[in-house]
Amino acid sequence: MGIISRGFSGRRTPTDVKLPPGQYLTTDFPVLSAGPTPHVPLEKWEFVIDDGKNVLRRWDWKSFRNLPSETVTVDLHCVTRWSKLGTSWEGVSLDTLLADIKTDASYTLVRSYGDYTTNVPLKDLLNKQAWIAFRYDDQDLAPEHGGPARLLVPHLYLWKSAKWVRGMTLMREDKPGFWEGLGYHIYGDPWREQRYSGDR
Amino acid sequence: MWRVGTVVALRDETSTARTITLEVRDWPGHLAGQHVDVRLTAPDGYSAVRSYSIASAPNSEGHVQITVERLLNGEVSPYLTQEVNVGDRLELRGPIGGWFVWRSEQTEPIQLIAGGSGIVPLMAMIRSRAAVRSAAPFRLLYSVREPGAVFYRDELHSLSENADSMSIHYAYTRATPKNWPRLPGRIDTKLIANATWAADLGPTCYICGPTPFVETVTNLLTVSGNDRDRIRTERFGSTGERK
Amino acid sequence: MSSHIAYLDGNAAAGELNKLFASDITAATGLCKHCGSTRRFAEARLYMDGPGLVARCCVCEHVLLRVVNARQGAFLDVCGLTYLRFDTSE
Repeated sequence: MGIISRGFSGRRTPTDVKLPPGQYLTTDFPVLSAGPTPHVPLEKWEFVIDDGKNVLRRWDWKSFRNLPSETVTVDLHCVTRWSKLGTSWEGVSLDTLLADIKTDASYTLVRSYGDYTTNVPLKDLLNKQAWIAFRYDDQDLAPEHGGPARLLVPHLYLWKSAKWVRGMTLMREDKPGFWEGLGYHIYGDPWREQRYSGDR
Repeated sequence: MWRVGTVVALRDETSTARTITLEVRDWPGHLAGQHVDVRLTAPDGYSAVRSYSIASAPNSEGHVQITVERLLNGEVSPYLTQEVNVGDRLELRGPIGGWFVWRSEQTEPIQLIAGGSGIVPLMAMIRSRAAVRSAAPFRLLYSVREPGAVFYRDELHSLSENADSMSIHYAYTRATPKNWPRLPGRIDTKLIANATWAADLGPTCYICGPTPFVETVTNLLTVSGNDRDRIRTERFGSTGERK
Repeated sequence: MSSHIAYLDGNAAAGELNKLFASDITAATGLCKHCGSTRRFAEARLYMDGPGLVARCCVCEHVLLRVVNARQGAFLDVCGLTYLRFDTSE
């Protein structure tokens, strides 16, 4: 640890709220990125579920927005240590998108416009745990926060909630995505503080 | 890797920017244009690191000056510009950077272009040139919002008064001094043509400032004939605070 | 090419990368594996706010290198560079 800087406390907010270990509360909404913000015209947008060989489902923006959606309020936990509580989103549940898909795959690789990927076990996307979100805080999701649509899977660290989502591949074996392949934890449960590979 | 510097002097450059002079034991020396990373640590171990360009010329006293601009929602800059006292200690790492530097062996014409707080590393180059009495021809084009935002105002003023020194042009983007011959506005093709070294003199250009500023000015310089290889750039965050 | 200007440049990454490289990286010249451009690393587009450091080619925006400071150590991926040429003359 470095020498203590007299009088420095950083941007954190003291809180009585229980946060996952090592997290601090923030009131703003930091924009973190691994690359440039893609600009996806809605007439070109699509969300594709495939199994690596065949396309199983495809929605364009119109058919996607015709699906039933819901509003949820969730807490976000970023592996860079900030947490933002009580965020409000509107999105289509993955239960809806994956309904009627028969598969023996247990894992998914979620893909974004640009080159970002992240892997999430299929069961972590089901049972009201995940959405493809297109509105945040009562407004259309802004590009810098992942618009037109992003994955929202709040029980895992926020790097799993891929921005600018374009589809996912169902896989029989787990395969690491962009960060999981370079030292981050393959699963990423903030309550067990699974930040890096090797963390239990 | 982290050294400890003691604050020995503080000077306000503007209402929002302050120069901090640090005395660093075992400082290995630095080149004009290099920067340091400053690390602050809270009592609970939380730490934040930010990069700041060195403002002082290379010297042998182990003195390192940084000029910090206070950002509205900054985490570190409000602390450095308002809380830090003489006698406090700061951790720093460096000097860092080998490309965006001016070495006193360079004799070719030098074009410096600063956007806002981007003046800091260029000031180290200007001071270095003065310290070694280099004859290298220097020109500075300094873009700021308004006159009160100029860093090192008196020092730059006396440099430009000195006939055989360097020429300095200001571009004010929001508000100008009284009777200023140019309307407020960003650097454009005309200003590049009038206020910078002609490309066929083969100047080495150093551009420093927020990313959008650097991209715009780089384009203007390449369009006016400067070789891309002779343009060196350093980008600050769009809010000015480099991380 | 998208233009959201949220990046810094190779100079901003030098403090981190100096821990891994013996020579100054900003002056090194890199060859982008994707588009074949050669540029000084100082000109690379750096995205540094996220879980790791990502350097992208300033011409084609493909990833040149990435660094993650994990608990077990620093992970470095240079797969996007065909090479990095360092100046080793004294």
